[in-house]
Amino acid sequence: MTTSTIVVGLDGGEAGNRALAFATTQAKLIGDCTLKIVYVIEWSPFSFQTSEENAERHKRREEELSMARERIMEPAVKAATEMGLSVDGIVKHGDVSDILDDIAKKNNALQIVVGRVGLRGLKERMFGGVTGRLAVASSVPVTIIP
Amino acid sequence: MNKFLTTGLGAAAASVLPAIASAQEAAGLDQRINDIFAGSTGWFVNLIFAPLPFEVAGSSFPWIVLWLVVGATIFTFYFGFIQFKAFGHAISLVKGDYSDPDDAGEVSHFQALTTALSGTVGLGNIAGVAVAVGIGGPGATFWMILAGLLGMASKFTECTLGVKYRNEYPDGTVSGGPMYYMTKGFKERGLPLGGFLAIVFSIFTIGGALGGGNMFQANQAHAQISGIVGDFPGWITGVVFAVVVFAVIVGGIKSIAQVTEKVVPFMGILYVAAALVILIVEYDKIGWAFGQIWEGAFTGLGVAGGFVGALIQGFKRAAFSNEAGVGSAAIAHSAVRTKEPVTEGVVSLLEPFIDTVVICTMTALVITISGVLVMDPATGNFMLNEAGTSIKTIDGSSGVQLTSAAFATGFSWFPYVLAVAVVLFAFSTMISWSYYGLKAWTYLVGEGKTKEIVFKVIFCFFIIVGAAANLGAVIDFSDAMIFAMAVVNITALYFLMPIVKREMKSYFDRLKSGELKKFVD
Repeated sequence: MTTSTIVVGLDGGEAGNRALAFATTQAKLIGDCTLKIVYVIEWSPFSFQTSEENAERHKRREEELSMARERIMEPAVKAATEMGLSVDGIVKHGDVSDILDDIAKKNNALQIVVGRVGLRGLKERMFGGVTGRLAVASSVPVTIIP
Repeated sequence: MNKFLTTGLGAAAASVLPAIASAQEAAGLDQRINDIFAGSTGWFVNLIFAPLPFEVAGSSFPWIVLWLVVGATIFTFYFGFIQFKAFGHAISLVKGDYSDPDDAGEVSHFQALTTALSGTVGLGNIAGVAVAVGIGGPGATFWMILAGLLGMASKFTECTLGVKYRNEYPDGTVSGGPMYYMTKGFKERGLPLGGFLAIVFSIFTIGGALGGGNMFQANQAHAQISGIVGDFPGWITGVVFAVVVFAVIVGGIKSIAQVTEKVVPFMGILYVAAALVILIVEYDKIGWAFGQIWEGAFTGLGVAGGFVGALIQGFKRAAFSNEAGVGSAAIAHSAVRTKEPVTEGVVSLLEPFIDTVVICTMTALVITISGVLVMDPATGNFMLNEAGTSIKTIDGSSGVQLTSAAFATGFSWFPYVLAVAVVLFAFSTMISWSYYGLKAWTYLVGEGKTKEIVFKVIFCFFIIVGAAANLGAVIDFSDAMIFAMAVVNITALYFLMPIVKREMKSYFDRLKSGELKKFVD
């Protein structure tokens, strides 16, 4: 059982890979450290859906989860494990910054590591992206990798 | 997708092209559809709306109205006024306080509720209320609110059962609704005829989907559009609607449905906001309007049929607007992810509240305050139109145009917004009901791509019929079919309500003992 934890957020792209690389280095330096690699599928319980979408939701959810595990999580977990680290991969639906912070809190994580992505769309320009919100609301230190 | 789309469009074009050839012929087509429609549905309408053999206060009382109200009242007492006791709990369920975070990504209570609402909030709240108030006077509003409050218990009953007895298929999709609780629930209680009720219910649901969920919508949307751009044949609106609905439900063009699903809630909020602004500006008349509603509820204020006329109109329109006891909501709510069927029943009781008690009352207040209904200053009673069937209005309009005229007294540009809202509401209601109808259809004929497409094409065809038929014939048929669903559904609910009571007791006991906890701090 390791004593310290670092939470890494993936986004399925380059920024997530940079975050993972940084966190891997940190974890090795610490030595006794578990990596919690997290991928969040953006989803809100307060969106509007049609009856047909609702009826198929469970099926779609399973598909989304298995696709994310297969394409994003498994390669990341494999790469980190090969570096000799203790790794835990988590795929979830919800709000990215909320979930990263939740997991960090629950595991008493040292820090959250995320990659910086440019702001996309009007909403993010007005309210800030995931990294911005995380930096503002997080209960543990956040490292943002440019 | 494209193949269906083009052949569908081709067929639609082929059938209307000859009609376009001459305007005279086109008007004739309108009239012909209308005649065939009124002629072939009249007997059924008469059966459903047959009056009770005795008269109440000198006016006839359709048995079906009594059926719905008695049902809702029995459920209200049987479940110990669940609609008031569980109201606060319903709100915390919708907020997600009791949702397991591990179920994130599944259908939430909020989503099940809003999906069901998008099927019920619509023309019933705009046009239906105008019809009720136009015939029954402001007093109809009182009975509408009462029916809405009682109806919350009916919704609770049917939606709990809908979730409890839904089918979950190996591929992860779900199908639920009265046809499933009729078969499975009756079997569980060792009762006969569950399968028979399910079949009858499915037939009526298909009728309701084509009537209230389709033709009534198309008809009122056309009335609103032609009120703005000038009169033109109804089938033109019908064909346009049919093509768009066809593109969504057969062509699978999700983007149109998604846009609608996002715009419709905003339209609903805009509608309520506009009504609120008018009420705030005319705040000094609100007391008077409630006085009219109260007085009219028991005297009728001179409307046709007196206070019973007001009562019948109020009850009828409330039932048509919030669909409590009809069974349609049980189909919509059954997709939610929950281990406790009662939770969805509790959430669903918010539906008649939002739909009828809030939105319908807003419309009724605006119509009453705006003064579009003509009063005799000497007696304080309403003046009737020449036929003596409904209240005289300042511009002779009825239905959605009456609401439009009422809102126009506050904002002159409102009819344009209302036209857009009506079109979108009509559209989203059609999409919802095409799903309800489809579920009933596949229950009857079995699942399968071809079978589904047959129904969807029939559905689109009826949009054209609905837009072309005149309002009276369409409303009568819509009402008849929706109420026929309620006859079968409420019958089944009577037999199954002990199951709901057991579930309810067990759930609230565990909630009280702390076994069921909130997931949020």
